[in-house]
Amino acid sequence: MSDRPIKILIAKPGLDGHDRGAKVLARGLRDEGFEVVYTGLRQTPEMIATAALQEDVDVVGLSILSGAHMTLLPKVTRLLRERGLDDVLVTAGGIIPDDDIPALQEAGVAAVFGPGTTIAEVAAYIRSHVRPPEA
Amino acid sequence: MSEVGIRAAELADAAVAGDRRALARLLTAVENRTAIAEAALRRLYPSTGRAHLVGITGAPGAGKSTLVAALIAEARLVGRAVAVVAVDPSSPITGGALLGDRVRMQAYASDDGVFIRSMASRGHAGGLAATSTSAATVLDAAGFDLVLLETVGTGQSEVEVAATADTTVVLEAPDMGDEVQAIKAGLLEVADIVVVNKGDRPGAQRTAAQLRAMLTVTASPRLATASPRVASAARDQAADKPRPKRPEVLITTATTGEGVPALLAALDRHRAAGRDGLAAAARLARAEAQVWAIVSERLRGRFHGAAAGPATESTLRAVAEHRLDPYTAADRLLESLTGGRSPA
Ligand SMILES: Nc1nc2c(ncn2[C@@H]2O[C@H](COP(=O)(O)OP(=O)(O)OP(=O)(O)O)[C@@H](O)[C@H]2O)c(=O)[nH]1
Ligand SMILES: [Mg+2]
Repeated sequence: MSDRPIKILIAKPGLDGHDRGAKVLARGLRDEGFEVVYTGLRQTPEMIATAALQEDVDVVGLSILSGAHMTLLPKVTRLLRERGLDDVLVTAGGIIPDDDIPALQEAGVAAVFGPGTTIAEVAAYIRSHVRPPEA
Repeated sequence: MSEVGIRAAELADAAVAGDRRALARLLTAVENRTAIAEAALRRLYPSTGRAHLVGITGAPGAGKSTLVAALIAEARLVGRAVAVVAVDPSSPITGGALLGDRVRMQAYASDDGVFIRSMASRGHAGGLAATSTSAATVLDAAGFDLVLLETVGTGQSEVEVAATADTTVVLEAPDMGDEVQAIKAGLLEVADIVVVNKGDRPGAQRTAAQLRAMLTVTASPRLATASPRVASAARDQAADKPRPKRPEVLITTATTGEGVPALLAALDRHRAAGRDGLAAAARLARAEAQVWAIVSERLRGRFHGAAAGPATESTLRAVAEHRLDPYTAADRLLESLTGGRSPA
């Protein structure tokens, strides 16, 4: 059966202490028809990569406000690759300066969504970039 | 071997050998009910049956996930490998689901002896129990000693899932009102162990006392969850055994771990006591549910394929236009498929 909804992990790396935005995103993506695993605050790159592996997700969405994106996000993509999850689509959202985006894309972050991005836009991006689920 | 067979054997063997990525992919195949999952389950099933499958259910917010995390911590202390399957409902409209149980367990997920998997209940009627039982089989084969199955205690299929476990734990939070909530949900019927969680809240002792009093009166046989036929067969089998023991009522504080060692001990006791009699009945009920789910799925698939055609369409249209009742229509379809023989 190929009617499996796309499965997304929403994680919040870094130390900043509120996750309202990430929760809104998780709920919004659920309402868009995705299966969304939410892992909560203060996730280390290791925790995120392990969760992505155990949950066998198609997408890892990282929400980050702390300013540590240049260290944390490449670490997540590296750990995912090390665990054989190179086919997982990694996206990031939060407060990320435009100047940093090329380096993040270089590191394997497929898309960076700025603060004004709507959930519908995120959903559309994911739908068109996730590989069709295998049989 | 077919290509599917080869892929299934590879995945299954890798999962058994400790490859977590293979295990995760196999669980996805189980959720998607693919041919690979079926081939892998055929291969793995004979070597399973060792893990203790524990269902944990209760009202939303009762503290199930927090308690699962506390149980992981406790079981890890004695070196037991623990897997969790946490089920949350899918939206019937969008098909989406928010799987939030993992939040409470994330701290343990990086431990090699722990594996946590979230699952959406998805739409399939009666299929949820089949899927989660298969997931538990795969985790059993992968060497997990304890498989904890969290489902929210609302909705028939979610309760059924918990009821198919070797041991079913029903979680209650201390109650504000006069009535204990479980009565309304009919949840206590499936309980082997009742836990009043949030023991740090006022009213926990009182709620536990109420539940004990209530359970003394009803002495709920959990066989009620099996189909009438199997339940009665199992009851006959257990006829010369003492009546089902009424569930123990324990108090925990999942957030601090208080009472959790006692709960783990109670789980072990329940399992040890149940190797015969009622546990056999529960296993039989589980086998029945599993096999019949497969049978009906296959029959449905076969009939659907065979019945597609203009004759069926005009029969359906006749029902839609109230020219024919649905029972006669169904009989007619069955007759056309079985060549007049009744399939029953
Ligand atoms: N005071 C107190 N709070 C608790 C206890 N156990 C859980 N909680 C809190 O209860 C809330 C819900 O806990 P969860 O573990 O998510 O409950 P759940 O039953 O898994 O919830 P759902 O999966 O949404 O149905 C959280 O805020 C927990 O911190 C406890 O023993 N004492
Ligand atoms: Mg929960």
